[in-house]
Amino acid sequence: MASTRSKSTQHRRVGDSPAVKWLLIGIAITVTAGLLIMPLVVIFTEALSSGWSTFADNLLDQYTLHAIGLTLFVAALTVPLNLVFGVALAWLVTRFRFPGRKLLITLIDIPFAVSPVVAGLLYLLLYGRNGWIGSWLADYDIQLMFSWPGIVMVTVFVTCPFVARELIPLMQQQGSEEEEAGVVLGASGWRIFRTITLPNIKWALIYGVVLTNARAVGEFGAVSVVAGNIRGQTNTLPLHVELLYQDYNVVGAFTSASLLAGIAVFTLAAKGFVEWRQARTLSRLQAQETV
Amino acid sequence: MSTANQASAVKLQRWPLTKGRSKRVLPGFGLSLGISLFFISLVLLLPLTGLVIEMSAMTFNEFWFVITDPRVVASYKVTALAALAASLFNGAFGLLLAWVLVRYEFPGKRLIDAVVDLPFALPTAVAGITLATLFAANGWYGQFLTRLGIEVAFTPVGIVVAMAFTSLPFVVRTVQPVLEELAPEDEEAAVSLGASDAHVFRRVIFPALWPALVTGVALSFTRSLGEFGAVIFIAGNMPYISEVTSLMIFIRLQEYDYAAASAIASVILLASLMLLFAITVWQARYLKRLEGR
Repeated sequence: MASTRSKSTQHRRVGDSPAVKWLLIGIAITVTAGLLIMPLVVIFTEALSSGWSTFADNLLDQYTLHAIGLTLFVAALTVPLNLVFGVALAWLVTRFRFPGRKLLITLIDIPFAVSPVVAGLLYLLLYGRNGWIGSWLADYDIQLMFSWPGIVMVTVFVTCPFVARELIPLMQQQGSEEEEAGVVLGASGWRIFRTITLPNIKWALIYGVVLTNARAVGEFGAVSVVAGNIRGQTNTLPLHVELLYQDYNVVGAFTSASLLAGIAVFTLAAKGFVEWRQARTLSRLQAQETV
Repeated sequence: MSTANQASAVKLQRWPLTKGRSKRVLPGFGLSLGISLFFISLVLLLPLTGLVIEMSAMTFNEFWFVITDPRVVASYKVTALAALAASLFNGAFGLLLAWVLVRYEFPGKRLIDAVVDLPFALPTAVAGITLATLFAANGWYGQFLTRLGIEVAFTPVGIVVAMAFTSLPFVVRTVQPVLEELAPEDEEAAVSLGASDAHVFRRVIFPALWPALVTGVALSFTRSLGEFGAVIFIAGNMPYISEVTSLMIFIRLQEYDYAAASAIASVILLASLMLLFAITVWQARYLKRLEGR
């Protein structure tokens, strides 16, 4: 605090006057508390509003347990797929120049721009009974929509940008000099990736995975189009939240919601940790360079 | 750093003549290209064919009839206006939040910085039931607002609240890095020459910020246009008044009217892809300008 104050008396900058400063900080804290922190408080308060034993009963309800299981299963399939894709795409667009590179970077943003309901619809039209792939699969008695494979497919669609989006800026910034040194020294591609690239991108990769996971367990719109909402069969946790809420079982809905909110809080904590680690590595590198 | 310089020197010596290869020193081009193209084709592009086929079975008149149905047109208006209001709110509040997080030190700053990303991490359905509970007539906020004569839950205002919540991080996270990189010299010079804070902000700081601000607002708007999970719980979903377009698609699907659902989806898909394209072009231009300086 002392150092910033002495600096600001030397070079006064815009918004340094205490009145403006504390007014802006006041607004920021009030609105953030009201709009972002309060909802988190509400989720846990509502979940526990009938006591811990009701909370436990709601959690151990067979349909809730099934929804938890299905949600974890979907995430367990989605995350590795998007991990491989995200790393491959980030490697491709940051380590090579080729025609169409910019187009690829734009294409992976499609899931961000497309409404989840539209995403679900696209899959339903293609793989549903009337779709050109779906009708062909139906001849072999394979049904993808309104069952778990459909849920996995749309979840992969919705969450595919996250790993790549975390890695691309970082790998761009780091450049490929270290890896090129590895090539010159005769290391194999896999060895270069494992011993040079992976340690450099480790934390961003972990956060990308955590974020993919958070979105995979929480996807609602796209999943509700293709899941068919069969209780005890195709109900993921977010769909279960909706079902309970529509049944006026508010405490039950918030009990399941509190699990998802817990994952969200964990995601934010992971992001904070990863940023802290990256800042530390960066300052160490800078210290080494000055020595 | 020195090893890297040596490496690039060695690289030039070893492959002085192999054209193209010198650009692609690193292995894995074929593999990563293969995986990326396969994945993008299968996951992102192939599903579009289903929509194209479904649409090609419709005549233009059928298509026009579906997408200009008064209830659907009302949903476009509700969606676009609510998304506009939400993204403008996020433009103002996001700019303020980014400014406060970059410029000031205060207790709780780290917590606020971390919690800004909550809307990206929290499932939309959870956000929806939570906001509906908060703003319902007997909710923590609703009971005060009702006394003031303001109804949020089950009105279009509720849609704005849900959209503002889910797209809040965009403006903060696009403006924040630009504000951090802003060189203090111009600003300090202007202030020391006696210009007022408001004047310096308008003339020196804002010109550097506004491309990022526009990007953030546009991203926020695009996201809001497609928002479904958070909106449907708080909107009340009354035809002509508080139905969003995503919900119209969902309703047509539940009626097994796949053709109508596809027609409406094609409108909203085209709008969002055009917005995405515009944002990409805009960012490319703006980045070029930054590099040019």
